[in-house]
Amino acid sequence: MIVEKDETMPVRNAEDVVRVRREVRTHAIGAGFNLVDQTKIVTAASEIARNTVDYGGGGMLRLETVRLGARRGVRLTFTDRGPGIADLKLALSDGYSSGSGLGLGLSGAKRLSNEFDVKSTPGEGTIVTLARWK
Amino acid sequence: MEQIPILKIGDCLLVSIQVDMHDRLAMALQDDLTAKIVASRARGVMIDISALEVVDSFIGRMLNNIAAMSRVLDAVTVVVGMQPAVAITLVELGLALTGVRTALNVDKGLALIRRLIEGGEDEFDRRKG
Repeated sequence: MIVEKDETMPVRNAEDVVRVRREVRTHAIGAGFNLVDQTKIVTAASEIARNTVDYGGGGMLRLETVRLGARRGVRLTFTDRGPGIADLKLALSDGYSSGSGLGLGLSGAKRLSNEFDVKSTPGEGTIVTLARWK
Repeated sequence: MEQIPILKIGDCLLVSIQVDMHDRLAMALQDDLTAKIVASRARGVMIDISALEVVDSFIGRMLNNIAAMSRVLDAVTVVVGMQPAVAITLVELGLALTGVRTALNVDKGLALIRRLIEGGEDEFDRRKG
């Protein structure tokens, strides 16, 4: 896999979530995504970025445009050092929310991604990786 | 201070969201709109989201909340102009927006609001059922 573009940005507050949407859109356009695929990965990124701010106490996003053979994709890695997720299976189920949201953040973002992975250690933090391919 | 303008046209309020809102701005709009429905005795609320390229679960929840609050305050809410890519993504996200009435554009939205106000909730129930 070739990484064509590799950037990092802070995800600390609500304004950063808007910036995340904008930067992910730029990567998706650069990777040649159509409008629907752009919208899907930007929406997924928005959900995870909000989790990073609201539950993870802020963190970082690594944005990569990648190429595998003839296929191009966008891979996003959100990292925080927050309290972590105690029950991942529960957190990934539709409608479950530890906050006041609709509980669609993780599960919805997973549905909008081609690849989705969560690693979380209680007390240490959470890493969410998602990717969408053209 | 950032704010989404709310225009009053007759007994309707019109909001056109032209910027990518952060969460606090979305919450502020929800609060402003609720207060303005009461202050202006509006019967209808139209929210134009044709400029929105992303509606995530937070914005979706805000639209749901506005529709629910306006219903309690005896007003009807219609969301107009959703982009097709946004609609496709919302469904896949799992957000059905079941409490929100929609129309394709502002013209159709105004016509729907008129019908709903004149027909009352019976009209809405019939359409739902």
